[in-house]
Amino acid sequence: MSETAAPSTVQRSWLKERLSLIWVILTTCMEERLTYRADFAFATLVRFLPIVTQIFLWGAIFSIESSQPISNLRGYSYGDMVSYYLLVMLSRAFSSMPGLASGIAADITNGAIKRYLIQPIDLLTYLFWHRVAHKLVYYFVAAIPFALVFWMCRGYFDNVPSSAEVWAAYVLSLLIGFLIGFLLESLIGFVAFWFLEVSSLLFVYMMLNYFLSGHMIPLDWLPESISLIIRYLPFQYLAYFPASIFLGKIPPDQLVTELSIAVGWVIVLYGANCLAYHRGIRRYSAYGG
Amino acid sequence: MEPIIQVDNLAKHYRVYKKQEGLLASVRGLFNRKYRQVAAVDGVSFEIEKGEMVAFLGPNGAGKTTTLKLLSGLIYPTQGEATVLGFTPWQRKNEYRRRFSLVMGQKNQLWWDLPASESFRLHQQIYRIENSAYKQRIDELTSLLSVQKLIDQPVRELSLGERMRMELIASLLHQPEVLFLDEPTIGLDVVSQRAVHEFLKYYQTQRQITVILTSHYMKDVEALCQRAIFINGGRIQYDGPLSQIVDEFSADKVVTLQFRQEIPNDIGRFGEVVSKDDAGRLKIKVPRNAISSVLAEVFQDHQIDDISVQDQPLEDVIAVLFANQVETSDSEVQQGVSADV
Repeated sequence: MSETAAPSTVQRSWLKERLSLIWVILTTCMEERLTYRADFAFATLVRFLPIVTQIFLWGAIFSIESSQPISNLRGYSYGDMVSYYLLVMLSRAFSSMPGLASGIAADITNGAIKRYLIQPIDLLTYLFWHRVAHKLVYYFVAAIPFALVFWMCRGYFDNVPSSAEVWAAYVLSLLIGFLIGFLLESLIGFVAFWFLEVSSLLFVYMMLNYFLSGHMIPLDWLPESISLIIRYLPFQYLAYFPASIFLGKIPPDQLVTELSIAVGWVIVLYGANCLAYHRGIRRYSAYGG
Repeated sequence: MEPIIQVDNLAKHYRVYKKQEGLLASVRGLFNRKYRQVAAVDGVSFEIEKGEMVAFLGPNGAGKTTTLKLLSGLIYPTQGEATVLGFTPWQRKNEYRRRFSLVMGQKNQLWWDLPASESFRLHQQIYRIENSAYKQRIDELTSLLSVQKLIDQPVRELSLGERMRMELIASLLHQPEVLFLDEPTIGLDVVSQRAVHEFLKYYQTQRQITVILTSHYMKDVEALCQRAIFINGGRIQYDGPLSQIVDEFSADKVVTLQFRQEIPNDIGRFGEVVSKDDAGRLKIKVPRNAISSVLAEVFQDHQIDDISVQDQPLEDVIAVLFANQVETSDSEVQQGVSADV
């Protein structure tokens, strides 16, 4: 006990503190993720199976023998279909958040959330960087299989974007997809402040996500009236939007507008998250604890 | 000097859904819910000075943990005021959160799959502890609790006692001025319990931190605290020196007598016999004010080889207190039932 009662925390610059906190969260979470590396690697590889079956499925549909051979389904050839599907999988590698909502709900129900009330750390900040760490580890493991699949299907990609602008927009759209995916799922997790069980809500979300994000079929296949509604929902940014930028379905002069709308969604969802969290904590503090 | 903790008429009432038995009642409950008010804490006031180590005693559900939750800002009170270190806890200011710690024996704040050192590193960043100070504190705390060698081992591989010591280290890294300990030795073996006691005692004396402890182990309380606050049914029943609890709540003393001959048959008239054996050894509970007359009479009629008069063990006094109180608190809850939709 040789230390004197000197002030235990020394003033450092805010940014530096913030960065070193983020760095420790990132590295620790990555380390945690790598603890069960065999299980993790296996799960990652298994996720590639649906890609293969989907490619075969569309292959079978396009080769149906009828009086009029199908060469084009609402503007998509077989090759377009395969490339669309692969791009959707890539979008989802950014936007899907396995276990986020259920994890938050579990933290609320079993009281682990207390930690964020007692310690000077914000839950959303922590969860965000925790998720970034998980994603980074995932890309590290999945990069090679992803590259392999894309390489094998390289023949189906007719027009890879040539302009740097489109590439930049594409990368940006993937990052926005990550943010929107994160914010949507954490919002569902926060519902657990009011209803302790969120698994059915999560199921509904997954269904909507599958259909409305363009994971199931390209969104431009849907009738005008429906796709008009879908355009006003945030789900398309989870899968369809990045893919359609890559495939050149969005004219270059509209990219900025479209991306701005997407950023608008990020801001709205972030606000909704903050509101839900603070209301939720108030309620938690009033009723539970 | 201003007290470090000031609590004034603090209350926390919960509204609990009152479910009736049976399917029909469950269906009815969908439309018309009956609630009852439960007063977990019901108007408590106390002050704690810097450097005090105070025990909260009381049976399960007495309101001890709820009070600790209020003081650490986890929940809002229904009424009343409290300040800790000059802060209102439930405002959850970061300035306050950097200066206290809450340790719950049944809750884990360490990463399960990683060595404790990783969790400590995160705490260092959360609480913004400088590198040199951090290293020094880790060395000091791990050696005091003799866990230096375990710090790099995944937490899941540690025993409960070792884990608890790591929890303590994590909660003390930022040198809190106020420490709330909720059942810190629950489930620990005697050796680990003693290690935790000795550590807490030493650390508290050195640092003069203010500690509130809840525990069901009277050994914890006797080893660490001079002052006890006895809570029941959400209210304070006693607040004062631990040593006086026995005086206050126990009317009897235990007299041990060693008879040279057989124990007389009519000995029961002096008080309740606690135990007796064939060798002439007798333990009997005698009302305090009757001790001298009883002893005089016994000495007059019998030959006594040895004698001792003791207070009842604290544990027994508390046990009786708890048992009495549980009955009263049950009836209070009954009164609190209200039907609102």
